[in-house]
Amino acid sequence: MQFLAYILSRLVQMVPVLFLVVLIAFLAMELVPGDPIMLMLGGRANETMLAALHAEFGLDRPAVTRFFSFIVNALQGDLGTSIIQRQPVSVIVGERIEKTVFVIVYGAVLAVLVALPLAVIAAMKHDRPVDHAIRIGGMVGMSMPPFWLALLLILLFGLGLGWFPIGGYGEGFFGHLWHLFLPGLTIALFLSPILVASLRAAMLDVMGEDYIEVARSKGLSPRRIMFKHVLRNALIPAITVLSINIGWLLSGAVIVEYVFSIPGMGSLLVRSVGSRDYPVIQGLTVVFALFVMLTNLAADLSYMLVDRRVLRK
Amino acid sequence: MNSNNNPLLEVRGLVTEFSLEHGVIAANADVHIRVRAGETLGIVGESGSGKSVLCRAILRLIPSPPGLISAGEVLFDGTDLLALSEAEMRRVRGTRIKMVFQNPMTSLNPVRRIGDQITEGLSVHYGMGKAEARAEGVELLRRVGIPSPETRVREYPHQWSGGMLQRAVIAMAMAGEPQLLLADEPTTALDVTIQDQILALLLELQERTHMAMLLVSHDLAVVAETCDQVAVMYAGRIMESASTKALFEAPMHPYTVGLMNSIPDMAGTAARLVPIPGQPPDLLHLAPGCPFAPRCVHASPDCAETPIALSEIAPGHHTACLHPERISAGAS
Repeated sequence: MQFLAYILSRLVQMVPVLFLVVLIAFLAMELVPGDPIMLMLGGRANETMLAALHAEFGLDRPAVTRFFSFIVNALQGDLGTSIIQRQPVSVIVGERIEKTVFVIVYGAVLAVLVALPLAVIAAMKHDRPVDHAIRIGGMVGMSMPPFWLALLLILLFGLGLGWFPIGGYGEGFFGHLWHLFLPGLTIALFLSPILVASLRAAMLDVMGEDYIEVARSKGLSPRRIMFKHVLRNALIPAITVLSINIGWLLSGAVIVEYVFSIPGMGSLLVRSVGSRDYPVIQGLTVVFALFVMLTNLAADLSYMLVDRRVLRK
Repeated sequence: MNSNNNPLLEVRGLVTEFSLEHGVIAANADVHIRVRAGETLGIVGESGSGKSVLCRAILRLIPSPPGLISAGEVLFDGTDLLALSEAEMRRVRGTRIKMVFQNPMTSLNPVRRIGDQITEGLSVHYGMGKAEARAEGVELLRRVGIPSPETRVREYPHQWSGGMLQRAVIAMAMAGEPQLLLADEPTTALDVTIQDQILALLLELQERTHMAMLLVSHDLAVVAETCDQVAVMYAGRIMESASTKALFEAPMHPYTVGLMNSIPDMAGTAARLVPIPGQPPDLLHLAPGCPFAPRCVHASPDCAETPIALSEIAPGHHTACLHPERISAGAS
């Protein structure tokens, strides 16, 4: 019961946030100088065509009316029509959501798989050479810009060794895994040093707690203490770092999708900004916001699973 | 196994050093103690006198670095614990010597169920299965006086009060019936009303299992009530050790006398409160002789220069004072 109430309260909290995001996305389009219809028509514009297209896109109505109809439509899954592609935004964005989410989640999973063992080793061998090596390696990974890292990986594993494809989305789940390995790895190499650093610091903190000494006094081995007592307590700060970064990775996906020519939301965003396709940009903003909020919700739920004290509030 | 005269635990010449930024200090310097099965030895002394370090040194829980046990023997049932491998030592910690810590609020892992933590040692060291361990956890909680243990065994530490948590920590220590219990200020963090309950519980468990107990406390009253033997620590050394009766009736070290004079006597008059003059010792800058000499009312010039050792001045009564006769003279 407690769990359900907790989840419900989190979901309710999302509503005003989402409303604000939609409002800001709407205002941003409203405040942009120039007329999107004018842009679309370019030099061919004349009064009759402008008026006709304004009426077609509903731009002749007052802003407040349009905002509420935007919200009502958005609630029904209708995010408007692309000015350039003349297709519903929800369709254009919809077919790309999966690809971007796949790349990001893939990258995050790879990052956790890399970071977890490294952080455990670094914390257990605290201040020994292994620990320093892991930290220096992490600094190298973090200081390389993702687009550069992506190019290196393409050169090495794609063109050089020929192990992995260097672009495209692939067919089926395993096809995706195979095609998106290098993009995922790019994200992972960038993300895992951040995770290692936060996990290691959290673990060292926990290792100084009284209950760890109590665990040692029970005759438990260092390995058991690490996995049964330290790790779980160190997960909360790491989950926070991960969830913040996953949201942030959406903008990173722009670069990764571009370099690896993945037809996801990132490449769509680049194109739409270039052609001033405001309805698409607006739709993407709402979807990005929703994604970030869902990530945070997932993080909140994981806190609850890790530490029951969260429910007390 | 143990004849009455053979101590279960005998610490001989134990030296525990810590490397600090400005030099090396000996938190335990030449410590000697003995505890027999079924007996309680109280260790008293002010903060920083090395009592807690002694407990941790016996269990070899001193973090190294910066700590190092550099000399001495910890004989437990005839075996020198300092000579054991780490794996053998873990077995000793899991089965024969247990410890109860000062702060129950931080002694349990906040994200794991209390019952699982109590029986964790049983599954690791006795190969107990899940169901068996849970049943044993309920039984242990019942034994330390937790009401409705069947449901509470599944709860988390934040749902319990400090006094109940200390009972849980004691239950955890009693799992597997240890032969020796190290209790490091087990009541200091608790309300006064709870303190007596916890002490009574420890004594009751001791009576039932005939385990030996090392009770560390800065509280002379607690020690006087509960212990058979008392050792007084100062600056990492044992200054005096004797039976509780002998120590409280005829203390043979000026520091012991000072400690007794500096606690309020409920029965006597309040005017008798005499604090020990001076500051606690600076372990980095100790004179070669008696570390208490700078604060001692009976000290003579040779006290600070002559290395001291415990000597038996009455049967079973040891003191590390060069001039114990001055105390009796002062007292009479």
